[in-house]
Amino acid sequence: MRIFDPHIHMTSRTTDDYERMAAAGITAIVEPAFWLGQPRTSVGSFTDYFDSLVGWEPFRASQFGVRHHATIALNPKEANDPRCREVLELLPRYLEKDGVVAVGEVGYDSMTPEEDEVFAAQLALAIDHELPALVHTPHRDKARGTERTLAVVAESGIDPGRVVVDHLNEVTVGLVRDSGCWLAFSIYPDTKMSPPRMVKILREYGLERMLVNSAADWGRSDPLLTRTTADAMLAAGFAEDDVDRVLWRNPVEFYGQSGRLDLSDAGEKEATFAGNSILRGGS
Amino acid sequence: MTTLDGLRTAVPAAGWLGEALERVTGDPAAIGKLFPAVGRRVGRDELVDVPGWSADEAARAQLLAALPADRIAAEMDGLYRYGDAAEKRAVLKALPLLPIADEAVPLLRDAIRTNDTRLVAAALGPYARHLDEAAWRQAVLKCVFMGIPLSNVDKLDERADAELAIMLGGLVEERRAAGRDMAPDALALLDRLKGL
Repeated sequence: MRIFDPHIHMTSRTTDDYERMAAAGITAIVEPAFWLGQPRTSVGSFTDYFDSLVGWEPFRASQFGVRHHATIALNPKEANDPRCREVLELLPRYLEKDGVVAVGEVGYDSMTPEEDEVFAAQLALAIDHELPALVHTPHRDKARGTERTLAVVAESGIDPGRVVVDHLNEVTVGLVRDSGCWLAFSIYPDTKMSPPRMVKILREYGLERMLVNSAADWGRSDPLLTRTTADAMLAAGFAEDDVDRVLWRNPVEFYGQSGRLDLSDAGEKEATFAGNSILRGGS
Repeated sequence: MTTLDGLRTAVPAAGWLGEALERVTGDPAAIGKLFPAVGRRVGRDELVDVPGWSADEAARAQLLAALPADRIAAEMDGLYRYGDAAEKRAVLKALPLLPIADEAVPLLRDAIRTNDTRLVAAALGPYARHLDEAAWRQAVLKCVFMGIPLSNVDKLDERADAELAIMLGGLVEERRAAGRDMAPDALALLDRLKGL
């Protein structure tokens, strides 16, 4: 079974996670730029973070046979801090990188005027750089936040087929489905979405434009819940091809719209360095 | 040694690259947007005629060389600072081919501080002649420690000295005490340094 986790924050995870993910078939991932739990207070800590998403983290992933891509943005929470706002001017540099397959996570946290402005500006960047957009929906006041999100997306002029709206649930799935945007669900141990509920949603709404992710980060989360959901789909009577569609072909189709998705070495450990093993000996 | 002419023959300035080189010659700041796109435009295949170089690296070196001499240092700093791993590596590998003195030494030091084997190795090419002996020895030792083949180190035998032999000897002792192996190329170097 091959699995593509379209939303996971590997910066916060250990090499044990990479090993377990690769063993479970999770050989392609996208890491969206988000916040780190501890608020940032300067542009420099953003650029160091972005550097890691296009440098160190893909290198680390490659050691375990996991292909890493990223999305880059100023996240909605930190859009509210004027000390972080200047990072918008640096985003164009990062949005040109090979490993960057979307603008994200953008969207709303507390639905402030600052968030309105930064969200719209970054959808415009997505259009400029010919990239899809990954949109986070707020965890509080979610239904109204999702409605407002879809209105901003429509107003921006971006093709809804190049937008994924994330962290959906039973209450918001219908809204997004009708918008033409892609639908993403974050499977969590306690909150957001669970594997059995996810299976039920797939039964009801079908597999088209559906993405399933673990959104694993520094909080209580589990990088293997994409695999658990795949197993739950099979147990519920979905075919292997259905699982492959939701957990591999759909994310490939969505992020493939960037023209930069390169999965040629997914599943292969980065074993050669100028003809020699880089894993030999080591530290 | 790899030369710009060798790279130009291997990756000719035609099509996208030809236009990009023209743009950079006329408008040096244009390199900021062109440089990250190189891999997607010219490909990333290893070059048969230029061992150790890939097509994107060769094209990036040509773009850097197309900059007016008085702009190289400033543009190169920005491209490295905001570069992804492939761009950083390309800047490091291009350094010995550019008309610069020792102003890029901070880039080498940055690369050697990383834990990315590809960057550490790329920092130890011919431009590493500008590194002082202490920094160079530490970098060579780090290669052995990280498992980077010493064939990546330019002028290894010329520069390796008694002090490096002491440092390598210490690592061998630690590895042996732990029941671990040392890479054969490092042991061979240590052998060659005996008697210094």
